Amino acid sequence: MTKVTMTVNGKSVSAEVEGRTLLSAFLREGLALTGTHIGCDTTQCGACTVHVDGKAVKSCAVFALDVDGADVRTIEGMANADGSLSVIQQAFQDHHGLQCGFCTPGMVMASAALLADNPKPTEAEVRHHLEGNICRCTGYHNIVKAVLAASGQDVPAVAAE
Amino acid sequence: MFNFDFVKPSTIADAVAAMAQDGAQALSGGQTLTPTMKQRLASPSVLVSLTGIAEMKGVCLGADGLSIGGATTHATVAAEARAHYPALADLAANIGDPMVRNRGTIGGSVANNDPAACYPSAVLASGAVVVTNKRKIAADDYFQGMFSTALDEGEFITGVTFPVPEKAAYVKFNQPASRFALTGVFVAKYASGVRVAVTGASNNGVFRWTEAEAALSASFSAAAVEGLTVSADDLITDLHGTAAYRANLVKVLTKRAVAGAK
Amino acid sequence: MPKDTGIGASSKRREDVRFLSGKGLYTQDIALAGQTYAVMVRSNVAHGKIKSINTANAAAMPGVLAVFTGEDFKDVGGNPAGWLINSRDGTPMREPKRPVLAHGKVRHVGDAYAAIVAETYNQAKDAAQQLADDTEIEELPAIIDMKAAVANPANRVHDEIPDNLCFDWGWIEDNRAAVDAAFKSAPHVTTLELVNNRLVPNAMEPRASIGEYNPGTGDYKLTTTSQNPHLTRLLVAAFVLGIPENKLTVVAPDVGGGFGSKIYHYGEEALVLAAAKKLGRPVRWIAERSESFLSDAHGRDHVTKIELASTKDGEILAIRTETLANVGAYLSNFSTATPTFLHGTLMAGPYKVPHVYVNVKTVFTNTAPVDAYRGAGRPEATFSIERVVDKMCRELGLDPFEVRRKNLLTPDQFPYTTPVGLVYDTGNYQATLDKAVELGDVAGFEARRAASAAKGKLRGMGLSTWIEACGIAPSHLVGVLGSRVGLFDAATVRVNATGNISVMTGAHSHGQGHETVFAQIVADKLGIDESAVDIVHGDTSKIPFGMGSYGSRSLAVCGSAMNKAVDKIIAKGKKIAAHMLEAAEGDIVFEAGKFSVAGTDKAKTFGEIAFSAYVPHNYPLETLEPGLEETAFYDPANFTYPAGAYICEVEVDPETGKVDIASFTCADDFGNVMNPMIVEGQVHGGVGQGIGQALLENTVYDENGQILTASFMDYAMPRADDVPFYTVDHSCATPCTHNPLGVKGCGEAGAIGSPPAVVNAVIDALHRGGHTHVTHIDMPVSPARVWAAING
Repeated sequence: MTKVTMTVNGKSVSAEVEGRTLLSAFLREGLALTGTHIGCDTTQCGACTVHVDGKAVKSCAVFALDVDGADVRTIEGMANADGSLSVIQQAFQDHHGLQCGFCTPGMVMASAALLADNPKPTEAEVRHHLEGNICRCTGYHNIVKAVLAASGQDVPAVAAE
Repeated sequence: MFNFDFVKPSTIADAVAAMAQDGAQALSGGQTLTPTMKQRLASPSVLVSLTGIAEMKGVCLGADGLSIGGATTHATVAAEARAHYPALADLAANIGDPMVRNRGTIGGSVANNDPAACYPSAVLASGAVVVTNKRKIAADDYFQGMFSTALDEGEFITGVTFPVPEKAAYVKFNQPASRFALTGVFVAKYASGVRVAVTGASNNGVFRWTEAEAALSASFSAAAVEGLTVSADDLITDLHGTAAYRANLVKVLTKRAVAGAK
Repeated sequence: MPKDTGIGASSKRREDVRFLSGKGLYTQDIALAGQTYAVMVRSNVAHGKIKSINTANAAAMPGVLAVFTGEDFKDVGGNPAGWLINSRDGTPMREPKRPVLAHGKVRHVGDAYAAIVAETYNQAKDAAQQLADDTEIEELPAIIDMKAAVANPANRVHDEIPDNLCFDWGWIEDNRAAVDAAFKSAPHVTTLELVNNRLVPNAMEPRASIGEYNPGTGDYKLTTTSQNPHLTRLLVAAFVLGIPENKLTVVAPDVGGGFGSKIYHYGEEALVLAAAKKLGRPVRWIAERSESFLSDAHGRDHVTKIELASTKDGEILAIRTETLANVGAYLSNFSTATPTFLHGTLMAGPYKVPHVYVNVKTVFTNTAPVDAYRGAGRPEATFSIERVVDKMCRELGLDPFEVRRKNLLTPDQFPYTTPVGLVYDTGNYQATLDKAVELGDVAGFEARRAASAAKGKLRGMGLSTWIEACGIAPSHLVGVLGSRVGLFDAATVRVNATGNISVMTGAHSHGQGHETVFAQIVADKLGIDESAVDIVHGDTSKIPFGMGSYGSRSLAVCGSAMNKAVDKIIAKGKKIAAHMLEAAEGDIVFEAGKFSVAGTDKAKTFGEIAFSAYVPHNYPLETLEPGLEETAFYDPANFTYPAGAYICEVEVDPETGKVDIASFTCADDFGNVMNPMIVEGQVHGGVGQGIGQALLENTVYDENGQILTASFMDYAMPRADDVPFYTVDHSCATPCTHNPLGVKGCGEAGAIGSPPAVVNAVIDALHRGGHTHVTHIDMPVSPARVWAAING
């Protein structure tokens, strides 16, 4: 076991972990931050997406020890300081960008990373950016709409309510 | 996954020492190795992370071309190579997905030499030099078939140096599930001639399409390859496409790469 | 005017707040004190005889608490099929035992024959590998191809079942001669052989189960990823383990999608319960995605020959089909209903067809069980019909829109009795077709085609007019057809003393938004604020009973039960109000949350009545019990019949064969709509899955029964950039005539109506591009297949 220390959602945490402990397991089992979900074992579905030093990564394909000292943000750290939903979370609710909710944390984290880099993405850019996040419920329509809306853009007429 | 000791050296020298241990395995971005270990198809006893080595990161234009540290992520290449080698930046910008690009590295990709990976085509078409902790290896000598390279035990890639072409393009046709290249073609035009490298298509891994190179060196236009045929022998047949289909893609994508080269 | 609250309002979903904050609680998120970890040991061969299992080494490994094999469960029951289907000759279907763990033989790759329980997941995994090494399995020839399975009786999936046939079903057998006669005299016959591709449902949350046992009380608890916890309780308690139903609680907490795959009871659920009892500790099993591919019930997998008899001007005279339907190695719970009564009964489509005959041979193979997946039988029927109608149009040089118009039932023909046993209560198929033509801008197609052609792309347009039978199902009817269960549903409406309400529903929400929509309905009916109503679902200890959520039934069946319970609340409220207001019960009217004496200003609010029911000081105690809680069961009188018209436009790259969906337009009739936002979301999701089936998804077993598409690396799930924005409309509504809300169900429509629209569009594009030799391409219409068809 080796000690690992990182900042998670603004709080410093440390624990003894095995070499094989994945960041996803560290968050879910070690810190009980179960909003980060496990939907596959081949690094494809994106449900486990979190931010490491501001970059979106799949926490199921990163060893906890490899991000020693990093600043990690999970879905539990995405709300506003007063606990209300952030702009992007609110856009997902307003535009029905989720159904079963399982892929949703990953979708929100991936979308937030996109908007941080590209505040006014096109529809095509949103779709391309989300290619590492699989949703089985929504057909993606309302997810794309929610991300465009969260960026402050008019949602295309075709996607209007 | 089996357990292992995790070490994260901060210099190449320390990494070399760590890699000398029994059962040591280099870990770069881990986007392929981690799932492989989860399936228990790899079981190193020591995992040596290369992501903490500052001297193996970054993109730098020098006399020999564009040098990219082995631990440089696809996202960084997509951003920082753009001004110098836009086709390479485009390639990096379309590997995997954004999360994969934030972790996956050029060194990891080139070391693994997946027959459907994107980077090997750029390395081979550019006549790049693979730099390791021991030596420099010319691209033509480096790739030795599917998942097989010139790397020795304990040897790892510290960087890749790409001669910058006059113009180039990479066109990838996605395998619909994995989004690796069902077939991808990298065309690079140099003063000395044109090089064409194909990934995703062959049972022998990335290869150069020499007939197209000759034709394009004579006349750099899509029409120049129109009359060529690609043999389906040795091309991959799988769930997603037959050898004949891939042979067709090689030609179609080559034409598109030539037309789109910049 | 759109409403902003109550029935018909696009109320935002209340459940979203927890999902968006990472506070959802899925089975994999639950950690219990003292929990142990189960790992299943699965066959890596498709078919084999278990010669020996030596458990000693595995049992002695660090942390291992228990090792189970098929031997441990050989004396308990099997997991049963829910429908008994009879063959054409009247004999009942062959029904092999489906054990908790394979015993004697393994019958598909992924068939679990043992399980390890250990202190940690990794320890269980280590021991599972050891046990696999210590197991001797004699490999037998794999039976994979359905035609070969039927033709080669020497190779048997189940030794006692010759020819690997579960049943040979004719629907309706008595009509067969008339159908054959209609074909003999028909001016034109169109024939199409097709494959309805095998799919893996792939809800994003993999299956998971946690078993608990309380030795003090003898109570069991199963927390599991289920669409219908009561059905799971019935199956695991009464049929498999022999636990009294009242000693087992089944909880399905937040469930991350189902699409059919989580209807069924699976062996892992029985295993964790038995293990929890043995160890006296909680036992958790969480599927890896690769296990989902190996062991979840798959969907579709039909090979069909369909023939259509018509006049030369496209009037449909008769339809005849022969289908081989794969059930895999064992009968999953709904597997025998899906290719029969959810398929054959829909084979008239939305058309006036005098003669229809359907034959389905259901075949055992050494593959994972196959069962209902979103749409379940109806997508297979719709695809066959809509593809053959389209082919007929091409053969006869007729316009596909006009041919549909000619054959669609007209509003004056309802109720309409089909030749395949259903009575469609209401519909207006012309209206949805007209709406789709308008919204899809069919008139502007030629200009778009020309623009595509200028880019070197072939553009095509495909149409599908479809119908489904939903709101599953009238118990009396399905009982006659072979169902072993009733398909009613139930709800309890509990009004608390302070006037807020808990509604316990038998329907389970795993993405559908019941917590919001059901509250809208109750609040609307009672004239109170939506926020005063909570929906409770997914816990057999809290809910009266329920048959769960599938078959687009939640609102039509459970919603009707809830509606009925609310009516009982109102009726009781009137009695209380009559007493309090000193008026005759018949003079009390309930409106906008108030009980009042007709024609006066004397009134009591709903809250006052609720309070009085629990503080019955001024109350008719001699004739009325205190309290305000009502339960209702509702059994539908008929199926519901959502219908619609879908138009898809595609662009095909003729050099690579790649198909891009350029646009997708849906005009649906779901009857009355409770929450348009949610209904539209359901259609989006269904269409996304339908596009997935049409273009991307396929489950492939090789000849040895190894599954080649066992991860997202090879099984192509639709991604955001594979699909467009969809245009959806549900304005052409004809309310269901036999349920109180007038609703039909919307969950499966998109997945049912869309695949033929996509494939018809691809064929249209190829024909317009001059590739008129291409008459059909099997799904998924992948780039390689399109390219091969063009160049074939």
